[in-house]
Parts: sequence; structure tokens; C-alpha cells
Amino acid sequence: MFELPIQQLIFLFLAAVAVFAAFNVILQRNPIYSALALIVTMCALSGTFLLLEAQFVAAMQVIVYAGAVMVLFVFVIMLLNVRTEEARLDRVQYLKIVTPLLFVALLGEVFFIARSVTTAAPPLVTKVGEHPYGTIENIGEAMFSNYLFPFEATSVLILMAMVGALVLARKRSTQEIETLGRILEDASKPAIEPAQPMAELEEKQHELAA
Amino acid sequence: MPIDQQSIQFFVGILLKIVIVFVIGLLSPVSMNWVERRALAFMQMRLGPNRTGPFGLLQSLADGIKFAFKEDVVPLAANKWLYIFAPVVAVVPAFMATIVYPLGPKDIPIPFAASINSFVASLTGLQLNLSKMDLHVTSFNVGLLYVLAVTSLGVYAIVLAGWASNSKFSLLGGLRASAQMVSYELSLTLALVGVLLQAGTTDLVKIVEMQQGVYFGFLPKWFVFVFQPLGFMIYLISAIAETNRTPFDLPEAETELVGGFHTEYSSSLKFAMLFMAEYVNMLTVSVLATALFLGGWSGPFVSEFPLLAPIYFLLKVFFFMFLYIWLRGTLPRLRYDQLMNFGWKFLLPAALLNIFISATISLFAY
Repeated sequence: MFELPIQQLIFLFLAAVAVFAAFNVILQRNPIYSALALIVTMCALSGTFLLLEAQFVAAMQVIVYAGAVMVLFVFVIMLLNVRTEEARLDRVQYLKIVTPLLFVALLGEVFFIARSVTTAAPPLVTKVGEHPYGTIENIGEAMFSNYLFPFEATSVLILMAMVGALVLARKRSTQEIETLGRILEDASKPAIEPAQPMAELEEKQHELAA
Repeated sequence: MPIDQQSIQFFVGILLKIVIVFVIGLLSPVSMNWVERRALAFMQMRLGPNRTGPFGLLQSLADGIKFAFKEDVVPLAANKWLYIFAPVVAVVPAFMATIVYPLGPKDIPIPFAASINSFVASLTGLQLNLSKMDLHVTSFNVGLLYVLAVTSLGVYAIVLAGWASNSKFSLLGGLRASAQMVSYELSLTLALVGVLLQAGTTDLVKIVEMQQGVYFGFLPKWFVFVFQPLGFMIYLISAIAETNRTPFDLPEAETELVGGFHTEYSSSLKFAMLFMAEYVNMLTVSVLATALFLGGWSGPFVSEFPLLAPIYFLLKVFFFMFLYIWLRGTLPRLRYDQLMNFGWKFLLPAALLNIFISATISLFAY
């Protein structure tokens, strides 16, 4: 029903929002604002995926990144009560000169690459039903046929990261805690003394149980 | 862009339907809040609000007016912009989910279509040819994922409201909410995978269409009976946790956190928005439960009288909404460690088991 211009207008709007929000991620001093700006970027990107007829990718962009990963980011920022970042003068001095230079260099590279593309550019947005790359059926098929090995390898990688996190954060047995405590005590006096030593607590527990 | 008669009719129809689901969304807090207070009161041997209007029916309206006219206090220590922004974040995704509610089937004949056509023609001179309509705003091939995506943004409202209020009770409520909702969202989504495996589509209307008809002359082909009873139970429990209702209402636990994330929202319109979002979210999970497990609009005589479809649908949704109230009157609140243990150590493995069972059945049955 629509001609291309409306889709292009929507694309330009979403792209502008995404770039603006992405700049805000690094320009904001308050970490919560940065996280919120990143969420806005994700949502705008999800909109551009919709324009490419990739509904599944669009939905996943919001569900996984905006709905799950960023919630954890915000959670951690709130839990640790991260303060507003303060500018440190000693480092800012030379960064103020270097950063614009690097930024201009990056822009130049992008421009150079864009110019060197000689083949006809694909249309900005595809027509409805022309390239349904992003449907559930196509992605599922690709994932379990051509890209089966990378898919499984990635899942093993994620599993390893999960197991690693669990090992680091697991509850330690009393014996382990005692050994660790002794090592720490040898190294330096602990900053906070426990209210009651572990042995006394255990004795009390035995009394209560009896 | 050429504007023809057909596209005008299309747009007006879509807009009308959006207004209708919007009104359903707006009415749900008003009506369900009255039902909740009365039903809860009777469960606790009280009367509940019974003075405003017949049976106290206008109580919620009176409360709404009170919200609108109360002084709007922004706490001095609060982060002003996020404090104002949080209720908006709550309401917008909640109402965005309403557009995929599958209230009824496609292409049902409009009653009195001819007289409406002639009436509009005599009034404005526009020649309409209304004859059939779909009883849902839209249906697209990632409908279910759309609902999940939109509702997953609702958690930010609670987290931001808790953080921006700058009070310890609010912050604790917000932190609890984010941990709880992320944990239970996992088992909620995994419980739906069973349905998707069986249906082979994420289009809500198509999933409902698949559940029409009966087995052996009496058993409806609803997914709750056909291979998904476990998935249904997991979905129901995680949905209650997702919407922060008793027995999983730790983010607002009155007895320990005063009011949790909305402690500092002093009964103004902002509080009304948070409140409305909670009820619309309840409505959305009830609609999903109805559409995915209870056969949506299916029921006796629907094929003969298609206008019965939305009535059946809303009745089933009401059943789930009442279940929420029923549970609130029955169960005490869980302790926080119990909540986390239950979510991660029981619900999640059960959801994985359900996927395994559904996948095996789909492999051999279809």
C-alpha cells in the first residue's frame, strides 16, 4: 500500500534516534542515563530490522538485549550504587586533543570505504516479501544446517562462561573458609572482625540442636 | 501517495479497533479493581466498598477522580525526570501489547452492515461497502514474540521508579523486581516454547484457530488438554510472578517495604499510571493464557454465531483475572529466598522437561 518514501522516512528517523542515543551512551556522566540511552539504541535498531522484513531479529533484539541484558546492567548499576562519573583532570588534558583527531580519522576511514564500494548498492529498504531473511523459519533453517557448528560452538562457549561464573561465586564449605581465613590472616589483619568466631557459632548450633 | 476509498476504509477500521482495545485496556483496571476489592472483602468476611453507586460500582471512578485532583508531590531528593518518566514507561508498553489481542476470528459478517453503509452514505456521501471484519486489530507472524518483547520492557518502569524515588524502600523494591522478573521471564518464555513446537507458528490468531473443535465428541482441542498441561501450570505460575501479584508480590510487599517501588508515588496521576499498567499487564498475561492454552474464542456454537466469539474470549480472560484475586485472598507471600529457589531450581527444570516432552511428541505425532 505504501510507496518507498514513507519507509525511507521511518528509516531516517530510526537511524537518527539510534545515533543520537548511541552518542548519549558515551556522553552522559551518570551510568543510569548511559544504560537508558543504550536501551533506546537497541529499540531503534529493532525498528530498522523490522524495515528489513526481519521480524524475528527485531523481536529478539528487544527481548534479549533490551529486555534481559540491559535489565542486568541496570540492576548491577543500582546494586553497586555507582556514582556519577567525575572528570579526572590529569587524564582529560591530552584526551581532549587526541579524541577529536581519532574521531576524524575514523570518519575518514568510513568515508573512504563507502567510496571504494563500486558494485551497485542494495536498496536502502527491501520491498515487502522480497528478502525474507529474518523470519523464524529461515533463521532456524540456517542455524541448524549451514551454521550448525558455529551455533553449537557458541553454546559451549556460553556454557563454559556460566560454569566459570558459578565456580567463582559458589558457596564455600566451612573448611575452605577456615583455610582461606588463615591465609588471609597471615597476609594481613582482616579489616572487619567477625562478631563471633566460627567455632563458637558452631558450638551454639550444636547446643541448640541438642 | 494515492488515497483511495479502500485505504480510507482500512485505516478507519484499524483506528476504530485500536480505540476499542484501548478502551478495554482502560476499563480493565477500573472494573477489575472493583471486582478485586469486593471479592477480596467477601473472602475476608468484610463488605468492601459498597457506598459509591449501586454495589459500590462507581468506587474506582471516584478513586480515579481523586487521583487526578490530588496534589502532585515530587520528592525533593528524587531524580525528577526519571521519577516522572517511570510511569510513562510502565503504561506505554502495557498498552502496546493490547493490539494483538485475538478477540475473535477473521472475516466475520458485520451485523446490520447494509444499514450502516446507507446511513454513512446519507450522512457524508461516502460509499462504504462494509460486510466483513476481523475481530482483532492485527495479526502478524511474530505476534507472540511481539507481546513478549513489549512486556519485557515493562520491568524498567518498576526499576526506574524504585531508583529515581531515592528512598531505601523504593530501591529495595526495584532491585527485587528486576531480579524476580528476569528470573521468572525465563521459565515463562520456556513454557511457551512447548506451545510453539506444537502449533508451529507464533501468530496468535493461527494458534487459536488450531484449537477449534473437539476430540471424541467432548474434549476440546485446547492445548491445555492436548499435551500442554505442564506448560500451562508453569506459564500460570511464572505469569503471576511476572506481574508481581500475591504470592509473588515481593517488589511491593506492604508489610516490609511500605509499598516497595511506588512508596514515593503519593496517590497522584503518576501512581494511577503505575496501577493501570499493573492491571493491563495482568490482562495481557490472561489473554495469552486464554489464547495459547484455553482455545481463545472457541466454544459451543461459535461457528454458527460468530459474535459469540469475543464473549467466550472475554469470559475466559475474566476467569484468569478472577484467579489472581482468588490467589490473593488465599495464599501468603513467599520469602525472598523461597521465591528464587522455586524459580531457578523447580520451575526452570520443569519448563525444560516440558520442552523435551513437547519436542518428542511433535516429532512422532506430526
